[in-house]
Amino acid sequence: MKASTRYVDDSVKGFITWSIIWGTIAVVVGILISLQLAWPQLNVAPYLTYGRLRPIHTNAGIFGWGIGSFIAMFFYITQRLTKTPLWSPKLARVTLWIFNVAIASAAVTLAMGINRTKEYAELEWPLAVIVAIIWVLFSINVFMTILKRKEEQMYISLWYIMAALVGVTVLYVVNNLGMPLHLFKSYSAFAGTNDANVQWWYGHNAVAMVLTVPPLAIFYYFLPKITNNPIYSHRMGIIAFWSLIFMYLWTGAHHLLWTPVPDWIQTVAMAFSIMLIAPSWGAVINGYLTMNGQWEKMKSNYLVKFMIVGITFYGLQTLQGPMQSIRSFSAFIHYTDWVPGHVHMGTMGWVSMVLFGATYYVATTLSDTEVYSVKLANAHFWLVLIGQLIYSITMWIAGVQQGSMLLATNPDGTLHYSFMETMIAIFPYYKIRAVSGFIYLAGLALFIYNIYKTFQKGAAAPAVKA
Amino acid sequence: MLEKNPVIFIILAFVVIMIGTTITMIAPFKWINSESDKIAEVKPYTPLQQEGRDLYMREGCNNCHSQTVRTLAADVERYGNGGGYSKSGEFVYDRPHLWGSRRTGPDLARIGLKYPDPKGAWHRKHMADPQSVVPASNMPAYAFLNTPLDTTYSERKMKLLKFPYTQADLDDLKGKTEMDAMIAYMRKLGTDIPVKKAAAALQTPVTLKNPFSDLKTVEKEAEAIYKQQCASCHGEKREGTLGPALKGSARSDAELFTIISKGIEANGMPPFAASLDAQKIWKLVTYIKLDSK
Repeated sequence: MKASTRYVDDSVKGFITWSIIWGTIAVVVGILISLQLAWPQLNVAPYLTYGRLRPIHTNAGIFGWGIGSFIAMFFYITQRLTKTPLWSPKLARVTLWIFNVAIASAAVTLAMGINRTKEYAELEWPLAVIVAIIWVLFSINVFMTILKRKEEQMYISLWYIMAALVGVTVLYVVNNLGMPLHLFKSYSAFAGTNDANVQWWYGHNAVAMVLTVPPLAIFYYFLPKITNNPIYSHRMGIIAFWSLIFMYLWTGAHHLLWTPVPDWIQTVAMAFSIMLIAPSWGAVINGYLTMNGQWEKMKSNYLVKFMIVGITFYGLQTLQGPMQSIRSFSAFIHYTDWVPGHVHMGTMGWVSMVLFGATYYVATTLSDTEVYSVKLANAHFWLVLIGQLIYSITMWIAGVQQGSMLLATNPDGTLHYSFMETMIAIFPYYKIRAVSGFIYLAGLALFIYNIYKTFQKGAAAPAVKA
Repeated sequence: MLEKNPVIFIILAFVVIMIGTTITMIAPFKWINSESDKIAEVKPYTPLQQEGRDLYMREGCNNCHSQTVRTLAADVERYGNGGGYSKSGEFVYDRPHLWGSRRTGPDLARIGLKYPDPKGAWHRKHMADPQSVVPASNMPAYAFLNTPLDTTYSERKMKLLKFPYTQADLDDLKGKTEMDAMIAYMRKLGTDIPVKKAAAALQTPVTLKNPFSDLKTVEKEAEAIYKQQCASCHGEKREGTLGPALKGSARSDAELFTIISKGIEANGMPPFAASLDAQKIWKLVTYIKLDSK
């Protein structure tokens, strides 16, 4: 019996393919800007300068790779958990088209210097409107599928999925409010300190609603699938869920410690950031305990590796994050390379690891075949792991070094180092970081080849196609 | 029921999300940018300054430069330029805020206090070719800003942002380059707030006599101060680049002290009274005069 024949998965495959393409672009641009920081002569004015390329890197990563693959996975998971075909396959196809046009236009306009200059909300208003439309179309499709579902019980993954649908909509719309000057230029609806407070309410909760909640939905679905073991505790998942989505929204101002944002908002943000350790580790422990009695699969099953190493990085990320939210520590490392080190552990370690695992699983399921090469998948795993570790560790060292140099004073209270001296000290780390990018890219290349070959193998086999 | 009704679930999730949002994001609108944190001296941008700000945004300068001096001593010392830490009232005309999140370059909240030169010679040279001023800098070159400024929307911007402007302000845009606009913006940053101008007066010493006539004791320290504060304009070896050569200056100690302390605005020489104490200025004087005999 082939249950999957009832499901409509062409858009799942489409979103997987395109999200990998945009993700690769994000990594390539990332390598380019990392090289530019070490060798400024690599800036090609005006279109390929660091200031214009960095938003392309972040937008391609978050919106292209992240959101693109979440849409794919949500379409896939929702159908299976509800035992119901997708509400509108046609709408899904349209969504993919608009998605690709939007991301491509984003890259072009950002290179032209058209941007709103708010981090992770750079796209000018016509594109921001299109992004919102994409998300709403996708949300309707998923939500209608859930409404029409045949399976009454809603598994925890569906909770996370629905929270992301609501959360992202609210965050994105509010932070993008503005006053258009013309088609390619607008000014924020909020001014100064208010704008900063709204921005980081958005910025940090984009981390929650895009880079935490969706990968958790995926993790909770795929880990039991891969291991053939139920999740350790559904109840713990539910408690962690509500506390997570309650606490996250209070924490944005930990990006604004020591700034003119009212002190109490900073303190509240600090307190809630520390409290977040509990629900975050709820998910980590749930994952670990699901592995009880079958830890040997870390060795025998390549998919388990991606999932468990992914959730481990999530655990480390959610310990390091709260630490950075403490005023005294923030004073030390904020504005230094420590923060990119932290962010990339989350994106390259946690989010991408889980997505890699899920993508292998979905590719083999949709092709009704085994993965093309387990050996290549293992090589992929090690390359991206090593690349990411080198990236993060060098940036943490660079951050600590620059942070301490920037704060160092002479006995009379004057500064010990000039700004330039602190930069000269960290340039060697920039070069190592660029190398780590190439290692990661090599891993990504193996992943792409393996997925391509797996789909090809599936198409060649005389399988029953949906 | 929760497990079974997605509509109720979505509403509940929305409510839970909105609690923290309401308290820490919506409610503060009541008192941020209100009368209580207003600073009377802070003025909106002129058309030229706003054009410069828009270019700053277009080029994504915020990806490397922050614009908030934190309340930390080291921040105030490094980036305050005599203006202290940043206050909420200074940003009321900023749409959007440009506080940034990473300092690959220095903070610019008070850069206008550091280089008050009306001609912006330092910025002009530095932006066109950063390495010619700061050899190890990893900043990209922005020579392409030497191009005529597009003023099509300048007036409409003022209206949209509700900033006051005069015909003279608009006339001022004529013949300007993008570089001019960018420099006008740089020169505005941080200059509205009441600065410690009094410090400059205090720095006129009681006696204009250099207490460090023996260089041996202060050479190392003096050289460090010189490299941090002076080298980018007067050259690593005092040979003169943007500013004149200083090696073996013929000026008297007292004269040099006054110039360093008060600056020569017309020539673009910034005053250092707010950032260097009298002892340090004297050490610099000694260092500058080295090899004069």
